Amino acid sequence: MTTSTATPTLVMEARGLVKRYGHVTALDHSDFELREREILAVIGDNGAGKSTLIKALSGALTPDAGEIFLDGQRVHFRNPMDARRAGIETVYQDLAIAPALSIAENLFLGREPRRPGVLGRVLRILDTRRMHEESAAHLRDLNITVGSTRQPVETLSGGQRQGVAVARSAAFARHVVIMDEPTAALGVKQSATVLDLIRRVRDRGLSVVLISHDMPHVFEIADRIHVARLGKRVALLDPRAVSMSDAVAVMTGAASSHQP
Amino acid sequence: MLRAEVDDRTAHRFRAALGTLGPLIALIAAAAFFATRSDRFLTGENLSIVLQQVMVVGVIAIGQTLVILTAGVDLSCGAVMALGGIVMTKFASELGVPTPLAIASGFGVTAVFGAINGLLVTRVKLPPFIVTLGTLNIAFAVTQLYSSSQTVTELPEAMHVLGSTFRLGGTSVVYGVVLMLLLYLAAWFVLRQTAAGRHVYAVGNNPEAARLAGIPTGRVLLGVYVIAGVLYGVAALLSVARTGVGDPNAGQTENLDAITAVVLGGTSLFGGRGAVLGSLVGALIVGVFRNGLTLMGVSSVYQILITGILVILAVATDQLSRMGSRS
Repeated sequence: MTTSTATPTLVMEARGLVKRYGHVTALDHSDFELREREILAVIGDNGAGKSTLIKALSGALTPDAGEIFLDGQRVHFRNPMDARRAGIETVYQDLAIAPALSIAENLFLGREPRRPGVLGRVLRILDTRRMHEESAAHLRDLNITVGSTRQPVETLSGGQRQGVAVARSAAFARHVVIMDEPTAALGVKQSATVLDLIRRVRDRGLSVVLISHDMPHVFEIADRIHVARLGKRVALLDPRAVSMSDAVAVMTGAASSHQP
Repeated sequence: MLRAEVDDRTAHRFRAALGTLGPLIALIAAAAFFATRSDRFLTGENLSIVLQQVMVVGVIAIGQTLVILTAGVDLSCGAVMALGGIVMTKFASELGVPTPLAIASGFGVTAVFGAINGLLVTRVKLPPFIVTLGTLNIAFAVTQLYSSSQTVTELPEAMHVLGSTFRLGGTSVVYGVVLMLLLYLAAWFVLRQTAAGRHVYAVGNNPEAARLAGIPTGRVLLGVYVIAGVLYGVAALLSVARTGVGDPNAGQTENLDAITAVVLGGTSLFGGRGAVLGSLVGALIVGVFRNGLTLMGVSSVYQILITGILVILAVATDQLSRMGSRS
């Protein structure tokens, strides 16, 4: 797979990723590239290796072979924390949220700010005020409306929960936000809100990897489309140049691989 | 908008408060009931006795709360406490180990049992119920073997200090009760105000989310079991101080009473929800029922019967309120 002629800056790149589970090859020398400030949709049938690819990029698993580059630098993620430290945030499909904890606690889960001075350093007291203020600001930035950041997440609607999960990633990501099926469980109106949210995340200067089954959504917001099939990247499509049925044909193997 | 936000916040505070206040209301109602049944119930002397009777199970219940908040349960708590008590008393009275060192050895043994529970849960991924059922029997057997099922007597004076009293406004208060209250305050502080405490809730509420958020879930769990073990050691010291002997059969009622106290206090057995101060209230509810029924001359079998009914009521309330909050 080659990229187009005028090479824009690549935020993230992967070459020859391989992952085997027993004798199942989930990733079979898959390549990947993500440009600056783009929404890259990753599509593929079940078992095409989408989730394995995303897990490799987000540090949730270590590939058996292959290289990953971030800003041109070779990186090795041993766990999701490594990827997060490198500026890559992931919104998981099952949202990875603790429903009994408040919105602010969920936003800052695992990186809670402590009070300044002795109270924070020695007694390790949380700066709850800052947590609530900053959470409210992040949510406002992304146009997500909730009552109060003290609300337990379980009191929110599905769309609002998705909003909280996206806000958490957007707040901490420096390079890349990976979203796994962010509209899968949502209604039409809520989906539209989330798509809008994804655009806003990109417009803030981040690159977005969007895994989705929903072709209309993909064609609505993706700048480019990565098609996965049998553990490989079989095409990189330009949604303005191909039709939805073309994309599906490539995805299912009915048509041969395209170049953008 | 602003108005709605404020309303919302009050609503959440109210609901949260109800969760904590429910057990308190039950405690007050029980106390009021026994006050009408017995003149002696509300005397300072009697309330001091209730606190004294509650202090051992109260301290165990702190450890038990931590474990239950992580969606686990510790069936070994009372047996581990008994072992800790035997170790510290035998070390002090028969091996001639200086008292502070003997006590520390007792804490060490209970902490090791906590670590064994924690490692089996986190490394071998066994369910806490099974792990602690195993360590319950192991701790019990080791206690009986090491003590030859004999009570350890002739303890140094220093071991009884926490069982001695001071006067406070005409009533005598046991030092151990003060220690228990301080431990509750410390546990409340850590759980509410520190990241480590919030991580305990997160691990119990959604371990996968906690892991993905970068929380070292294994270390949090292991820490919880070890701290619980140390607290059982403190409970052992209180038990020794109260009874004046090292009793190999100690902890047998406390074992399940501690779980009862936690559940009565509103902490969910499903993990991630609850408050440690509720467990103090829960322990007091059990204590007040025991004491009040005794004052009324009700046989101890009925006390056990009523405790059983209370536990089922508490768990049912938890289940129903969870179903309510989901709909």
